Amino acid sequence: MAEVSQAPLRMTLSCPAPSGDGGHVVMGHGAGGLLSQQLLERSVFRRFANPDLDRRHDGAVLAFAGPVAFSTDGYVVSPIEFPGGTIGELAVHGTINDLAMCGAMAEVLSLGLILEEGLPLSTLDRVLAAAADACAASGVRVVTGDTKVVERGKGDGIYVTTSGIGTVHPRAAIGATRLRAGDVLLVNAPIASHGIAIMSVREGIAFETSVTSDTRPLHHVVRALLDACGEGVHCLRDATRGGLGAVLAELAQQGGVGMRVRQAALPMLEEVEGACELLGLDPLYVANEGVFVAAVDASCADAALAAMRASPGGEATVAIGTVTDAADGLVRLESAIGGTRIVHLPPGEQLPRIC
Amino acid sequence: MCLAIPGLVTAIEHRFDGTVRIAKVRFGGIVKEASLEMLPAAQVGDYVLVHVGVAISRVDEAEAKQVFRYLEEIGELDELVPLQDDTAPHARQGAPGAA
Amino acid sequence: MKFLSEFRDPALVERLVDELHKVARGEWTLMEVCGGQTHSLVKNGLMELLPPGVRMVHGPGCPVCVTPVPLIDLAVRLVLEHGATVFSFGDMLRVPGTAHSLAQAKAAGGDVRVAYSPLEAVQFAQANPTRQVVFFAVGFETTAPANALALVHAHRLGLRNFSLLASQVLVPPAIAAVLSDPASRIQGFLAAGHVCTIMGLDEYAPIVDRFRVPIVVTGFEPVDLLHGILMTVQQLERGEARLENQYARVVRPEGNPDARRVLREVFRVADREWRGIGVVPQSGLEVREEYADFDAKVRFGLEDAPEATDSGCIAGLVLTGQARPTECPHFGTTCTPLTPVGAPMVSSEGACAAYHHVALSPVQLVRGGRHG
Repeated sequence: MAEVSQAPLRMTLSCPAPSGDGGHVVMGHGAGGLLSQQLLERSVFRRFANPDLDRRHDGAVLAFAGPVAFSTDGYVVSPIEFPGGTIGELAVHGTINDLAMCGAMAEVLSLGLILEEGLPLSTLDRVLAAAADACAASGVRVVTGDTKVVERGKGDGIYVTTSGIGTVHPRAAIGATRLRAGDVLLVNAPIASHGIAIMSVREGIAFETSVTSDTRPLHHVVRALLDACGEGVHCLRDATRGGLGAVLAELAQQGGVGMRVRQAALPMLEEVEGACELLGLDPLYVANEGVFVAAVDASCADAALAAMRASPGGEATVAIGTVTDAADGLVRLESAIGGTRIVHLPPGEQLPRIC
Repeated sequence: MCLAIPGLVTAIEHRFDGTVRIAKVRFGGIVKEASLEMLPAAQVGDYVLVHVGVAISRVDEAEAKQVFRYLEEIGELDELVPLQDDTAPHARQGAPGAA
Repeated sequence: MKFLSEFRDPALVERLVDELHKVARGEWTLMEVCGGQTHSLVKNGLMELLPPGVRMVHGPGCPVCVTPVPLIDLAVRLVLEHGATVFSFGDMLRVPGTAHSLAQAKAAGGDVRVAYSPLEAVQFAQANPTRQVVFFAVGFETTAPANALALVHAHRLGLRNFSLLASQVLVPPAIAAVLSDPASRIQGFLAAGHVCTIMGLDEYAPIVDRFRVPIVVTGFEPVDLLHGILMTVQQLERGEARLENQYARVVRPEGNPDARRVLREVFRVADREWRGIGVVPQSGLEVREEYADFDAKVRFGLEDAPEATDSGCIAGLVLTGQARPTECPHFGTTCTPLTPVGAPMVSSEGACAAYHHVALSPVQLVRGGRHG
């Protein structure tokens, strides 16, 4: 079993590959012949080299000691490159994080690419370099994958699907049904940064100050949390689309519990707060990529907080509220001025408003 | 219906052959452009209210302070003045600028 | 954030709430006109802090909610039949028309884009001279000058491919319409603060005089709203009916003369249909004839159709305070934010949607909600 590196390496992106074949993805790259092979060699195999992948077989044969978690996710973000990242590291971190939410430390990933005819190879290079760096920094390896090409107009440049397997932490016992009155709700990092970063490069809304995506791997901080509290960690869930609000509403519903959250406790960067005000967006419903909520037994809350804060990705951990004995499946948000409102599941995509 | 928030004018540019003034406005931690065409007197250092990319009013700091002064008074005077006394100054003051 | 955070100060809020509880003896029904004010009341949970005798009825101040269905249908036709690129504010996108919302028109292949500012649509038109670009100009008086400015820019640039689909409404006629209903229970108004930054205070004095109700021009932050409510209740307790300005830090009695000049240049006042209320005379803005080239209805030869009759929505009763949203048979069952029967459920600031948003449970939705 591979060791998961404790400290993420700080690596700079580099792209030494020459793209001499016209510079764009063509249909032939997905046809399984020479062009495909060339593309895979230069873009994938060279970057993600490891013994499993090097066998270049249809699948990877692996062995794990103990229970594993398995997860998959598709990535369709547009634009492909945005302040703070690309679809590449999003895809790697996303699956690492899904596994972490199961209490598992990611070890291996599959990498499925659907490329649109016409995608510049330089873009592909940057995306894959970012993905490879994210893998190396996180201690995971891509052991299998697939690449297809679709006609121009049938894709958004590049779609990525990653699946992952990781061994479950021996003390993990995570599930919404474990939520109990008195549990403390912890959040690891400022919210709403990713959604605002994406929006900030959309025409018309462009900001002049940089708001960067918060994409990051969460397995280190989750492991530290589980090491410290074991079964005292009742539930974990990452807050991606729909934001922290959607996740809290879901958990309360699934667990059949009530929650009480303090608005004043929600961590947010100043730039993100300003952007949300300007666009009339509720930060609770804005997307994140590196944020999760942990519900921990009250007896272990202090230890949990300390362990998370000492971990990469958890330095800014704060307690935002508690699970209550209301048992009504509703999340109540106390506004900073004392009033309360219910945090519902958002109806759909949140859009900037004028009202 | 009118989401407009106050921001600080940090710079002003002239575009379209000098006919249009565009300001860089800072809202908390972000900076965004806004048209000053409806506030010809706005200057760098002013706080302006921006709605859908257009500055619609200047924020008057003195008036803002008046509101806080009034609010401080209602807290204090309540202790001195009996509740039935409608002639107490704080009860009549309302807000500055009443028509 | 300066001029924002101070007006959210919990200590000031507490002070205002205490004072309100001391001052309010009678039972009073107030209306806040602006959807943005409704949004703030709901978001900050302010209604539960009010004395039990003070009730807020949420007004029709949501331009999205009051845009008549036929106008949404016109926008959808522009996209799907005429192949135009239609820019819209985000709020408008999900509002259902007869067959489609703009979001659905987009999913069906139409070119619908969200704009933060109407000026973006002009820039796009300039950069894409072969495309017909239409801006769905929705809004009250706060937004109308920006919409007018977009038209002025397009005119200055000599663009032949930009036009406005106007759905502009005016506040004072709406207030007068509410008060003209003899069964109206509204006793005092919080006037829309940002509308008044443009229009000033003049239009409200005649309403105060005619109907003898207090009107307080109010801002949007918790301190502003509670202060405005306090000022209104103080007047009511003393039997007064005056026009006051709580939001003096941005509202000048004369408003913004430069903005009004642009409005007069581009728009003319006309009768307008309000979804759920009917035609309110002289309550809308249409593009002037001199600018007919920039009026989407003229350019594309579109006819305004009358609103379809009776959907079963009791908006008129709700907006005059005669019925609570929770008393409507459709509320929370056939009429929800995702499936609105009528205007007040359409956007999150609609009078009924606001109730729905703060409801505690499906049971409470049916029984009468927390507004009491």
